[in-house]
Amino acid sequence: MIVEIYITLKKTVSDPQGLTVKHALESLGYKGLTDVRIGKLVIIEINFKDKKRAEKEINQMCKKLLANPIIEDYHFKIKEQ
Amino acid sequence: MKFGVVVFPGSNCDQDCLYVTRDVLKQSVKYIWHKDTNLDGLDCVILPGGFSYGDYLRTGAIARFSAVMKSIAGFARKGGTVIGICNGFQILLEAGLLPGVMLRNKGLHFICKHVYIKTENNQTRFTNLYDRGQVLKMPVAHNEGNYYIDAAGLKDLKDNNQIIFRYCSPEGELSGQFNPNGALDNIAGIINKKGNVLGMMPHPERSSEKQLGTEDGCFIFKSIVKWLQMRKA
Repeated sequence: MIVEIYITLKKTVSDPQGLTVKHALESLGYKGLTDVRIGKLVIIEINFKDKKRAEKEINQMCKKLLANPIIEDYHFKIKEQ
Repeated sequence: MKFGVVVFPGSNCDQDCLYVTRDVLKQSVKYIWHKDTNLDGLDCVILPGGFSYGDYLRTGAIARFSAVMKSIAGFARKGGTVIGICNGFQILLEAGLLPGVMLRNKGLHFICKHVYIKTENNQTRFTNLYDRGQVLKMPVAHNEGNYYIDAAGLKDLKDNNQIIFRYCSPEGELSGQFNPNGALDNIAGIINKKGNVLGMMPHPERSSEKQLGTEDGCFIFKSIVKWLQMRKA
């Protein structure tokens, strides 16, 4: 199965990169942008049949290494092949 | 005194740290490869600056799982002296040996210049040769030095005098204008509650000889040596 993990800065944490991109989009004439946030996408291919087990391990991976819980949130989607 | 300088893949201030402790301070020092776990006989461990593991994922996020880091956590638990400089500071944060986290610099630029920092607490083993409030000139060189901690964490740091250095003007004025990276409360360096682990973004090893324009950083290492000598006497 393929797992897509999305990691984003928490709402309470300022995102200077997102802010800069917002300004750039606005200077291109795009209006009505209330916020831009930049995150990371991690794609993992994993050799599991059991979805429950995959969910459990992906959660562990995120908490241990992939996201820093002080500043980041994560969520993921599991896609069967 | 015996120093150890940890070498991760991508460390690039390891040689400077070794040079300062060996040739400027005339102390015994050795490299510790990140796969080594033996810290026997060491009085102080230095985590140097650089780009460990290419700064992939987050700065310090991968280095903190190196074999050596388990030993360093044990060493710190027993009261051993640990100093993390720049990337070393980032690794200590990821490892949870110091509280908080580093965000990308507010201006999004890699900053490489001399800054001024104020000694906020000189009652530590790292700063006993400075005066309280003394302004130091040291270089910074980083992309993620924008220190962040939540409100409760910041209060905790203040209540326990854990903020050791703050970015300031050459005269010691603290304001946003003299904050190079957006760090919360101008924080440039902090210590753990126990007082034996220091993390700082400026580079004392690059400011330890007159020829480099400033030798203000040298007194961090000299403070450590003095403290260790007093304790052993």
